[in-house]
Amino acid sequence: MASVSSDRETTKRVTVSSDDDLVAARREGRVLAEKLGFSTSEATLVSTAISELARNIVSYARRGEIQVSLIYNGNKRGIHIVARDEGPGITDISLAMREGYSTSGGLGIGLPGVRRIMDEFDIASDLGRGTTITITKWKR
Amino acid sequence: MPVPILKQSQYLIATIQSALNDADLLELRDALVGKVGSLRSRGVIVDVTALDVLDSFASRTVRDLAYMIRLRGAETVIVGIQPEVAFAMVQLGITLEDVATALDLEEGLAYLDRKTRHGQRVL
Repeated sequence: MASVSSDRETTKRVTVSSDDDLVAARREGRVLAEKLGFSTSEATLVSTAISELARNIVSYARRGEIQVSLIYNGNKRGIHIVARDEGPGITDISLAMREGYSTSGGLGIGLPGVRRIMDEFDIASDLGRGTTITITKWKR
Repeated sequence: MPVPILKQSQYLIATIQSALNDADLLELRDALVGKVGSLRSRGVIVDVTALDVLDSFASRTVRDLAYMIRLRGAETVIVGIQPEVAFAMVQLGITLEDVATALDLEEGLAYLDRKTRHGQRVL
């Protein structure tokens, strides 16, 4: 993926440790999505996905970070979101990715829902060391 | 930021004015469930026109709110879900299940009028 680059100048980082930070994180996502020329519907999708990822951080790891940046691949442009925490990690990723599964009393739409609406989705988790979820949505 | 709740005859109208955090949403739920009793309201309208995201937590809280108010003997209708918010909810698989929704405040009031008039006729 050597041709993919991200724009450091537009990268925004939001520390997530409370429900107020969720509001801030999804706002950053929306601002960047609109800057990219995403439709309002797509910007809302991005913003909702960020909300779900940020909520996972607060519920499972207590604190972490959401990083939002523009990404380029040839003449494709997109929005790239990294949700990172140093929480307990996920015991069974395939279980966490199953529709309807949740251990926090949520609706269980979290990760599978986010994967469904994004073009790219990657999850890496180390027990006791944390979880990093990376998602990308390309501009159509 | 707390959500203002207006009393209009036998209804309560809560108009969300900006993005809410989780605590504000829970506070709104509890305030409405309480006021339905103290103000003897028959119906509740929650206007979410200003909300640009209804994520899984917000949707669950809205559902809980409607169920709790129904248990208190009143009706709830959610109004003003924006087209792009509806799109994101459907894409993500977020549902309000059988919670009543209406296009806007006017339709919401009409819905409550129908619901509560029906209730009076039964009495």
